[in-house]
Amino acid sequence: MTVLLIAEHDNTHLKPATLSAFTAAHKLGDVDILVAGQGCAAVAAAAAKIPGVKKVLLADDAAYQHFLAENLAALVTKLGANYTHILAPSTTTGKNMLPRVAALLDMQMISDVSAVISADTFVRPIYAGNAFATVQSKDKIKVMTIRTTAFDPSPAIGGTAAVENIASAGDSGLCTFVSQQLTVSVRPELTAARVIISGGRGMGSGENFKLIDAVADKLGAAVGASRAAVDAGFVPNDYQVGQTGKVVAPELYIAVGISGAIQHLAGMKDSKVIVAINKDPEAPIFQIADYGLVQDLFQALPELAKAL
Amino acid sequence: MVPSMKIIVAVKRVVDFNVKVRVKADQSGIELANVKMSMNPFCEIAVEEAVRLKEKGLAKEIIVVSIGPQQAQETLRTALAMGADRAILVQTDVAAEPLAVAKALKALVQKETPDLVILGKQSIDGDNNQTGQMLSALLGWGQATFASKIEKDGGKLNVTREIDGGLETLSLRLPCIVTTDLRLNEPRYASLPNIMKAKQKPLATMTPADLGVDVTPRITTLKVTEPASRKSGIKVKDVAELVAKLKTEAKVIS
Repeated sequence: MTVLLIAEHDNTHLKPATLSAFTAAHKLGDVDILVAGQGCAAVAAAAAKIPGVKKVLLADDAAYQHFLAENLAALVTKLGANYTHILAPSTTTGKNMLPRVAALLDMQMISDVSAVISADTFVRPIYAGNAFATVQSKDKIKVMTIRTTAFDPSPAIGGTAAVENIASAGDSGLCTFVSQQLTVSVRPELTAARVIISGGRGMGSGENFKLIDAVADKLGAAVGASRAAVDAGFVPNDYQVGQTGKVVAPELYIAVGISGAIQHLAGMKDSKVIVAINKDPEAPIFQIADYGLVQDLFQALPELAKAL
Repeated sequence: MVPSMKIIVAVKRVVDFNVKVRVKADQSGIELANVKMSMNPFCEIAVEEAVRLKEKGLAKEIIVVSIGPQQAQETLRTALAMGADRAILVQTDVAAEPLAVAKALKALVQKETPDLVILGKQSIDGDNNQTGQMLSALLGWGQATFASKIEKDGGKLNVTREIDGGLETLSLRLPCIVTTDLRLNEPRYASLPNIMKAKQKPLATMTPADLGVDVTPRITTLKVTEPASRKSGIKVKDVAELVAKLKTEAKVIS
């Protein structure tokens, strides 16, 4: 079994999602990691240090600078034909690119794998995590995205794999990058944070999220939000935790003014410890919270910031 | 003068998003008997976007298509009532996988030669998030997935996408594929007169075999199970007790 894992990175840093996906990949066999980007030699060097990596393939070309699906998929399809499994973390980049690869190789992809049972049998959530399907693939190459919260990250250092430069597959010309507006934050990324504090519709406004920020500052936490809070325009879309947003599983998740719609629970119920703060004692979020505090958040949040 | 676009929108009939799904006792799947079915929410957004493009004079015709059972006709009628012009049902009782659906759509695209195909980013039953990307690859077209804004710019389409770190804008050559995210628009409710009018709009039916597509599943579902349940914990009386519990009992803060 030889596995090709597509690294998630920003041309400078290897993202933690790669380490979690590596854990899944390593259960299947020898793992080569592909780092495709521009000016990303440092990323390849970091990937080579993951203990257990067989080799790192580095495709450094302007065509990969913005991780356009058309260009990446052409490269991965060319490389992937020699592997038994092709994996990518279930990030927006992986989800965007990998189905193209599967289609070009004529394989039925398996999305969002949350457990590896054997070389051809996997578990994945369906219906927003309200059920889990155990599925078996008859395809020659298993093409899969990996739900990173379901696998512990592998160690990042200790390995000494070789880095091999490979040729670019070129630019498709189908699509051009125009711009990006990334949310600038001094806080940890949601999908990598040890502690997350999220606000819901109960926050009332974007301005009131500063009450959440004050607690996050004390805990070194990432800040998230429910879909209701994002739809109301309180915070940007990339704050959203839930079925259609980010799936997270931190050590501590604090849900503030969040009722607990299935949509939201699907994105955070694997957190180790869940705290809910809500003035409505009947809010469904209390059914899954380890610690529930029935209190007005405008009173509780300043108290909490002070107590920490 | 920019020529007006012909748009195909793909829709899927799924368990209504308000239904709390139940796993069958024999673990063979989800209980679907007597369960309310509706158009997949992301597909509704796709239909709405096509109708808005037509209302702006940027589209001349909207063809809505579905691959599914006979009852998917209802889903197609809903899309016609929202403003699509005609419908095609590729009828099969097999739960077609994304690759098979993409192949059927490819065959339809080759017949109809649209300038743009809009799909939902994923269906809320299988949660695969594959079909649009696969269709795009099979056609050799460009793609903009998880769209939150679409603007026509001459012969190109500028699409803003929701990505993990924020937003990204791409420029695509037509023809291309767009998949919708939640914030692209808020779908309208069809009015009663439009629902009546939709009954007169053309709805063609064909089979996967007519399109030369094999929908036999490649993936076998061995079992479907409930997620591990999380039991509810305790209520604390105030912030002080909460902080104490997190420090000494849960040991997640210091």
